[in-house]
Amino acid sequence: MTVEGLSASYGPVRALDDVSFTVEEGSITAVLGANGAGKTTLLRTITGLVPATGGTAMFRGVDLASRPPEEVVRAGVAHVPEGRGVVQELTVEENLRLGGSFRRDRDGTRAAIGEVYEMFPPLAERRRRSTFTLSGGERQMLAIGRALVARPEVLLLDEPSLGLAPRVTTQIMALLRTLVAERNLTVLLVEQNARGALSIADRAVVLVLGRVALQGPAAQVASDENLRHHYLGY
Amino acid sequence: MRLFIDYTLSGVSSGMIYAAVALGLVLIWRSTRILNFAQGGMAMITTYIASALLEHSVGYWAAFAVALLAGLALGAATERLLIRPVEGRSPVDAVIVAIGFLIFLEALAGAIWGASPRGFPAPFSQVDYLVGGRAIAFTPFDLFVVLAVLALMGVMLLLFRFTEVGLRMRASAFAPEVARLLGVRVNRMLTLGWALATMAGALAGLFVAPAVFLSPNYMDSILIYGFTAAIVGGLESPLGSLVGGLVIGLAISYVGGYLGSAFEGAGALGLLVVVLMVRPSGLFSRVQARRV
Repeated sequence: MTVEGLSASYGPVRALDDVSFTVEEGSITAVLGANGAGKTTLLRTITGLVPATGGTAMFRGVDLASRPPEEVVRAGVAHVPEGRGVVQELTVEENLRLGGSFRRDRDGTRAAIGEVYEMFPPLAERRRRSTFTLSGGERQMLAIGRALVARPEVLLLDEPSLGLAPRVTTQIMALLRTLVAERNLTVLLVEQNARGALSIADRAVVLVLGRVALQGPAAQVASDENLRHHYLGY
Repeated sequence: MRLFIDYTLSGVSSGMIYAAVALGLVLIWRSTRILNFAQGGMAMITTYIASALLEHSVGYWAAFAVALLAGLALGAATERLLIRPVEGRSPVDAVIVAIGFLIFLEALAGAIWGASPRGFPAPFSQVDYLVGGRAIAFTPFDLFVVLAVLALMGVMLLLFRFTEVGLRMRASAFAPEVARLLGVRVNRMLTLGWALATMAGALAGLFVAPAVFLSPNYMDSILIYGFTAAIVGGLESPLGSLVGGLVIGLAISYVGGYLGSAFEGAGALGLLVVVLMVRPSGLFSRVQARRV
């Protein structure tokens, strides 16, 4: 996926300013930066929830940013939003079914849901229950599982570690790494938790005030102490 | 005791009609967060359409079916053309549009069909059943009304709980943005919600007309009681509409019967006040804190 010159505004505020980077197939790209740097806005603009004031987000010849959000997952890009977006009023199983409801292939969807249950036993145990009783980590599993039911090629994740205990965060990160390896998934990972994200990412893009401050191989970014101090706070 | 049974029976049959109106209001409220003040007006139009067909020697059941289909079409068209532009905006905008639409519909009906009341047939006898030689306040037509509304509620419940479309509609109502990211065409679901709601209203309109005669304003007071029923029931669920409708129907029947029909309105309003004081979100709502 190639993002070029993407810009977006909330009224007079320039939330994104001429952001450009490329995500390689089968890799994990981390988008890092402080609160308010524009990371969430970046994902929301790519998937069309926020109208882009300039630029494109091309994937397989389609500019995602110019399409309505409901078309983006049909193009193969699944967005797990900030806060997970688990639909409280529905059961675990209904949330998962929702992930595949746009597809005509009912059997395929059922198979995909089965795979999600295998991957996440706690969800299988609670499949008919309301999502009320799920812990934060289980909600994240549900949100990711639901995105996977769509059989996406690209997964956009907005702060999956938010509100989760460190141990659970590590599990989620390891899970992402496994998914990429097993399914050749491409992941764009927005995170405040830079350390965790860099530990699994191939590339990193650092946003400051809506602009790309730097981008490069994750290992390089992680090992550069100056950089880490300056941009990532550790 | 006999009076009580009579009042109860007539309360149930009128309550079912309020329940059908309430169901339409609840469907629209849940999906688009709009209070559809034009609900009664739309039901009036579909009933006039049936009446026009009957005048041209079309059979009752054919006219009945056309009225329901007209409800679907009218609801869908209204949502796409009138409501879509004001959906995201302040609630006052939607209220103004709905009331304006109501006024327009009543004027339109008056212009096309005249304002004088006309009769409308009932498909079944309106003669009281005899139980043990005594007449009770319940007729074959009342029985049909009760069964038809129960069937409507049943179909709605099945639709929402067990079908993919129902799942998408619920998701569109609960979490439209998330639903969009999951590929749900939320706008289409909203149109469908309006179509079904208007069909429910159309059914109510056909059931009210035989008793009170068809005229451009005949659904006005029904709408008010339907609204009350929807609020009492909690604006959340078909079940709430059913219970709210029955409660209002019974309340009006008892108050009107024992205290006189002048007090009916006060009875309904009094009940509304009590419910709002004791359980403001309605009898069947689930008051939930939304967790992220």
